[in-house]
Amino acid sequence: MSDLAWIFFSTLLVNNFTLAMFLGLCSFFGVTSKIDTAWRLGAANTFVLVITAVSVWLLNTFLLARTPFLRTIAFIVVIASTVQIVEMIIKKYLPVLFRELGIYLPLITTNCAILGLALFQTTRSYNLIEGIVFAFGAGLGLTLALTLMASIRERIDVADVPAMARRMGLVLVVASCLSMAFMGFAGLGSQ
Amino acid sequence: MNAPIPTAATDEPRVPATPPSPLWLDFWSGISANNPVFVQMLGLCPAMAVSNSLANGLAMGLATTFVLMCSSFLISAVRNYIASEVRLTSYILIIATFVTVADMVLAAGFPEISKALGPFIPLIVVNCIILGRAEAFAGKVGPTRALADALGMGAGFTFALILISGFRELLGSGSLLGFNVLGPRYEPWVFMVMPPGGFLTLGLIFLVMGWRMEHAAGRGKGAAS
Repeated sequence: MSDLAWIFFSTLLVNNFTLAMFLGLCSFFGVTSKIDTAWRLGAANTFVLVITAVSVWLLNTFLLARTPFLRTIAFIVVIASTVQIVEMIIKKYLPVLFRELGIYLPLITTNCAILGLALFQTTRSYNLIEGIVFAFGAGLGLTLALTLMASIRERIDVADVPAMARRMGLVLVVASCLSMAFMGFAGLGSQ
Repeated sequence: MNAPIPTAATDEPRVPATPPSPLWLDFWSGISANNPVFVQMLGLCPAMAVSNSLANGLAMGLATTFVLMCSSFLISAVRNYIASEVRLTSYILIIATFVTVADMVLAAGFPEISKALGPFIPLIVVNCIILGRAEAFAGKVGPTRALADALGMGAGFTFALILISGFRELLGSGSLLGFNVLGPRYEPWVFMVMPPGGFLTLGLIFLVMGWRMEHAAGRGKGAAS
């Protein structure tokens, strides 16, 4: 496999951001009660991830080369402004989605997946193209995990579950099974 | 408990103040009734990502407590000078500054732990516990109470991490803090130190808590009828 395809598939499946690296768990448990909302939040996340990847590349290349200690602060400011822009766009053109996502939209700022992407992109020193592919893989991986989880939870809602598992217990055990399933992709890299 | 300690929340706050309570209550609620991980379900990402060994979990807990205390104290001290439109941005900048400090201290003093935790140290910035406490508590009360609350929340988070990471290391490698506990004949349950084990451990804890709550509720109902 070529490098780019490898970056894409390894981020999408083998090192899935949510299920293998525990990034973005708040939205993973918070917004996955309906499939529609879940994949739309995934799409919004993907959009923010790609923009972040480009901005982080710009920052790393032109600004942070001499001041590496400002990295965390610079990244978080860029991410916060990106999310603000995405929020304004969605509020203007997709008001229904805006209401459905509610608090989870501004909370994309504190979604660790976004800052995580910025940090991994820096430590692995990806170039611009690799960074964008990485962001796409991560975003689709998030969307995949969110949608899978939401589909399972829609089924759980109509099932007769013991009272002690009605809070988060069962959901976490289901997440464990999903994560186990994704471990099966680990063999992909050994070819 | 002794007589209530006078609080520093006497100056005029922007928002209706939370009813004054002894500092001890502020501290204790973070560990028990409002435990960030087990009750509020905040900060789950680091609670699972770095809890594959007790040493990592402990380091993460202490680093987070440090950032939480410094930023809560500073935010509470300058809360009357921050315009409310830009408060979240200001909070996150203050937090990011202290995270950078923690990151550099760890890298200089404990290079091995810093390497093992990797990007999860800078990721403390987006730990919802810290911003959540800044918004819900430190931005509204005086520095002394904010500090007590931050210490309690940090202790509660560290406690949760010790519980999760101790369980995972014990079953997954048969050791605690690197010392072999379960003896040479124990077959390590490697599953527990891998990602699914993190979800499973927390899931089991929530199931036990749900079972206990159900148990208590059932007993209450039985007594009432």
